Amino acid sequence: MTFKLAASPHSHQRRTTKQVMRWVYLALVPGLLTIIYFFGWGVIWQLMLAVITAWVAEALCMKLRGRPIESAWHDHTALVTAILLGISIPGFAPWWIIVIGTAFSIIIVKHVYGGVGMNIFNPAMAGYVVLLISFPVQMTSWPLPVQLSQIDLSFFDSAVLIFTGYTPSGYDLEQLRMGADGMTMATPLDSLRTALNHEMTIDEALQQPIFGSIAGLGWQWVNAAFLLGGLVLLKVRVINWHIPVGMLLGLAVPAALAWMFSPDQSVSPVMHLFSGATMLGAFFIATDPVTAATSNRGRLYFGLLIGFLVFAIRTWGGYPDAVAFAVLLANMTVPVIDKYTQPVAYGHGEKS
Amino acid sequence: MSYKSITWQGLWENNPALVQLLGLCPLLAVTATVTNALGLGLATLLVLVGSNITVSLVRNWVPKEIRIPVFVMVIATFVTMIQLLMNAYVYGLYQSLGIFIPLIVTNCAIIGRAEAFASKNPWRRSAFDGLMMGLGFTLVLIVLGGIREVIGNGTLFDGAELLLGDWAAALRIELFAVDYPLLLAILPPGAFIAMGFIIAIKNLIDHYREQRATKPAKEVTRVRVTAQ
Repeated sequence: MTFKLAASPHSHQRRTTKQVMRWVYLALVPGLLTIIYFFGWGVIWQLMLAVITAWVAEALCMKLRGRPIESAWHDHTALVTAILLGISIPGFAPWWIIVIGTAFSIIIVKHVYGGVGMNIFNPAMAGYVVLLISFPVQMTSWPLPVQLSQIDLSFFDSAVLIFTGYTPSGYDLEQLRMGADGMTMATPLDSLRTALNHEMTIDEALQQPIFGSIAGLGWQWVNAAFLLGGLVLLKVRVINWHIPVGMLLGLAVPAALAWMFSPDQSVSPVMHLFSGATMLGAFFIATDPVTAATSNRGRLYFGLLIGFLVFAIRTWGGYPDAVAFAVLLANMTVPVIDKYTQPVAYGHGEKS
Repeated sequence: MSYKSITWQGLWENNPALVQLLGLCPLLAVTATVTNALGLGLATLLVLVGSNITVSLVRNWVPKEIRIPVFVMVIATFVTMIQLLMNAYVYGLYQSLGIFIPLIVTNCAIIGRAEAFASKNPWRRSAFDGLMMGLGFTLVLIVLGGIREVIGNGTLFDGAELLLGDWAAALRIELFAVDYPLLLAILPPGAFIAMGFIIAIKNLIDHYREQRATKPAKEVTRVRVTAQ
């Protein structure tokens, strides 16, 4: 009888990276469908552009690095990066926005640092931040929910708008974003910020038609759908609960405190949780296994930090939403978190 | 040290920006355009030559214990002179470089050369070393400024008249028109990214040179002595 020696780790998941990534983008489907329902077909075109760009960029990097080009298709990490970025940007943004962003994500954020598993920063969010600080106008031109919009866009009209800047009937993006009263409307978080800066109370601000019953027409359902997808990921154990719960708590607890003490000037915690990119961030972005902390305790702290940063930037910062910045800032703290939350090996430590 | 090797050290082998990574603060802060880069590069070059000559001349009279304050004062004197000159003759550039002109005092590339070279070598060589190190620094500034200006704005030598006089307005090249400037390239993160790539390219070139320098070992061919 031979005595076999196996190297650690002795307990491991039997899933390959490809399978994990497949679960991630399957779980994104409900959110995607709600986005299409509320914000039109633009997102589909953005996703196509993102995926094509990501594959080309990935293949190019593989070739430059002297690796087999097919491996660009083997694990689906580039695909997930492209999908997350495509979902994150406004649906009718010009085509070159998503191309620049995805190419930056794959080439500079991922491959310059050493490719899959070696990147320090979340590629999709780094790409998003690059786009946001480089093209603030295009990146904040969110379309109105279809239900409020005066102009209906078909699937191919959206493509024409994305590639030429005008719809076939001659409207530009700015006109599409006007409500019935001819005023351009911002996203819920953006209008809240503007209203607070104009010394309105939250109740007054919430009178605008952009706010639905809970947290903004359209946005609340998009967030709910991402929550659903996230719960599926938890159920099939692709992600652990530590990061999402940490992030949602880190956002909700300070938001609730602020809301209790000054309800007129603070956004309610429910509104925080169901607007902007909160749920997408909590379940799909912050849980990126490469750039998150390693141990479970560390992941809880990592999530809490992201949640608090989102609250802080939304409340006091210069941008209406903050998930991308919060995730990048938390990515930077990961080495420190890992250092102080390293699990003690059995038999070591003082209390054992 | 021969003049040839000083040149090689300053421009490539020991380039203050690419290898020593000194003076990164002004390097990254002012290289949004070629003009700014050239202006700051020339200012640094002049300060470097002046301070190297002076430090080298006084090196035998300065006690070792207080050499750093003395060097700093020498450098600060030259920086003040350059600052007043720029204020007088290239006022537009003076304004656009702003705080980074007085900050040349704190550029570690300059005190680094004073300490590492000028305080140990005769003045002619020190002057030449200052010139070459300054040139190396300026060249990197210009390359970085060029990359950032082209990517960010699609232009080259925008605002060159601030530095070189009115005729230089004709130098402005518009490579392509951009409706929306890529702000990333003009903002500080773009400087870090571009700088990283320049250093990587430099290392790549060094790597190839090294590979070419070491000739492949001779293959020993043996004569077959046994029958097939």
